[in-house]
Amino acid sequence: MSSDAIPTKKPVKSVGLHVGDAVPGCKKTDPILIADGVKRTFGGLTAVDVAHVEVPRGAITALIGPNGAGKTTFFNLLTGFDKPDHGTWSFDGKSLAHVPAFKVARLGLIRTFQLTKALGLLTVMDNMKLGATGQRGENLFRAMLPFLWRKQDDEIEAKALELLGRFKLDAKKDDYAASLSGGQRKLLEMARALMSDPTLVMLDEPMAGVNPALTQSLLDHILDLKTQGMSVLFVEHDMHMVRHIADWVIVMAEGKVVAEGDPYTVMQDQAVIDAYLGQHHDQDLGATDTGHVEALKELIDDEQ
Amino acid sequence: MIDWGAIFSNAAVEVLSPTTAAYALAALGLAVHFGYTGLLNFGQAGFMALGAYGYAISVLTFGFPVWAAVLVAVGASVVFALILGIPTLRLRADYLAIVTIAAAEILRLLFTTNTFRDVTGSANGLSEYKAGFRALNPFSFSGKAGFGPWMFSANDWWNIVVAWTIVALACVLVWVLMRSPWGRVLKGIREDEDAVRSLGKNVYSYKMQSLILGGVFGTFAGMIFILPRAVVPSNYATSLTFFTWAILLLGGAATVLGPVLGSIVFWVALSFFSGFVARAVEAGWLPISEVQSGQLRFILVGVAIMLMVVFRPQGMLGNKKEMSFVK
Ligand SMILES: Nc1ncnc2c1ncn2[C@@H]1O[C@H](COP(=O)(O)OP(=O)(O)OP(=O)(O)O)[C@@H](O)[C@H]1O
Ligand SMILES: [Mg+2]
Repeated sequence: MSSDAIPTKKPVKSVGLHVGDAVPGCKKTDPILIADGVKRTFGGLTAVDVAHVEVPRGAITALIGPNGAGKTTFFNLLTGFDKPDHGTWSFDGKSLAHVPAFKVARLGLIRTFQLTKALGLLTVMDNMKLGATGQRGENLFRAMLPFLWRKQDDEIEAKALELLGRFKLDAKKDDYAASLSGGQRKLLEMARALMSDPTLVMLDEPMAGVNPALTQSLLDHILDLKTQGMSVLFVEHDMHMVRHIADWVIVMAEGKVVAEGDPYTVMQDQAVIDAYLGQHHDQDLGATDTGHVEALKELIDDEQ
Repeated sequence: MIDWGAIFSNAAVEVLSPTTAAYALAALGLAVHFGYTGLLNFGQAGFMALGAYGYAISVLTFGFPVWAAVLVAVGASVVFALILGIPTLRLRADYLAIVTIAAAEILRLLFTTNTFRDVTGSANGLSEYKAGFRALNPFSFSGKAGFGPWMFSANDWWNIVVAWTIVALACVLVWVLMRSPWGRVLKGIREDEDAVRSLGKNVYSYKMQSLILGGVFGTFAGMIFILPRAVVPSNYATSLTFFTWAILLLGGAATVLGPVLGSIVFWVALSFFSGFVARAVEAGWLPISEVQSGQLRFILVGVAIMLMVVFRPQGMLGNKKEMSFVK
């Protein structure tokens, strides 16, 4: 059903996610991820300085903002791939400060990377199988005795095959991941992340470089995650997509959360328009800015 | 006239020699490190020295039986791997390379220094540790036995059988492991350790396990290496490490049998070249001295390996397809 290229119905948006006014850092009725005072500087540059933000559970949240806003750095901090100057954050009620990246993943918070990390000289199938957690054969001593893990490995393979089918990669399963195209690698990385049945999936620009036909099915996959009870936090520059699937939008600019809200209202927010155009106020909105102007046009289009 | 028969039969002897087995096993350890995990260990000579000295000192100084001496040697290399790995495996790959090359040299100098002369024999090294191992020899014929160029004494056959049995077991072990989920994690780490980390694997621990396993192979190689000779510290210089690397690249880095084939080819070629060069000098074909001829064989082998790496970078048994994706 989800792999149909044409969406059969409009996505069902989750509502009532927040408490009080939709201001930056507003409370959520059921947050899955809460960050407090998370700051990361690189030399003199403050890449991330988030006072307070909550990510709602069971919903699709978009993290948007202009290039260099600190979205990827924030992802790295939340998932243990980078260490903040200070700050606390918790996932599902458990504090994640000083928790190494692999343990964060085992808790059920899986992320993908903006610059895709397909494991080139592993087959597509091996990439997928690596995503499964709790494998008996990953222990050195049990690995020597295949009868201890063979059955589990077969189950993992069946699950991987099913996921690869959904992502239209099943024909490629025996090829090296290095032979995939850029868009296919994005798909593989997302499929691989799902092998561990995460509770929160954090996707850093999952659609970048994916062709429009696949984009549609990728959107359906993301909507599907929600149906299956997962929460999603994703970074995306394409406003059409954000509007189409996001239940909630968090806007970052220069390291701070500058706006929050549902996709329709947040995009009319003056702070958001400033975030996208502000850094170029004294410039001509010429050729260099087409991306951002485009983004704004999309926002305005949508109101009609 | 050149005695081709002698050149070929000397070269053929190298196929079975315990030295060939020792280099094959040391290179197999590097295959685990580099070929499968992406770790740059330039201190394999240090692991081999720990095998040689760990065994010999246990026997000579402490009077341990064979099995206990082997355990001491293995224990020493596990400790060595931990010391090398704990500070460096969290850092980029190059740091391990620098630390291993330095640590192996430190070990060699410690074994050479006069301070521990009573235990290590300093520059003269150790001998007379073989009685316990020979007492286990089931072969009891006198003189030489075998066929063709492979005519050896009972002690030599015992060395050969033990050496190649260990190599065979190690190959089977690596073959099984690299087909297991454990091996899959190692190969993933070789490709991109952050990706593997993001999938919930404790990358640091896997790298440490790999370092220990390949290091223990190096230690067994060190023990095999001293079966047909004495323990001499100058044998464990960095050139030993680089020969094992040459063998690994010759055979194929991410293969199980590549190191074995690489070692056989390396030693057969070396013996062939040295036999040929020595006799060619004798026959007046080459205008160089005998001392120079001893160096020339390494030059010839070096050129052969360079040609190999240029024209068949995946090694003899490596997968050609893999190379087309290497950046
Ligand atoms: N390792 C680093 N060293 C120095 N500066 C960095 C580093 N990583 C990020 N930065 C800086 O931090 C800021 C935020 O970068 P980040 O990659 O988080 O942006 P982003 O919001 O993901 O942008 P994009 O939409 O282009 O991916 C940028 O100004 C960047 O130059
Ligand atoms: Mg980014």
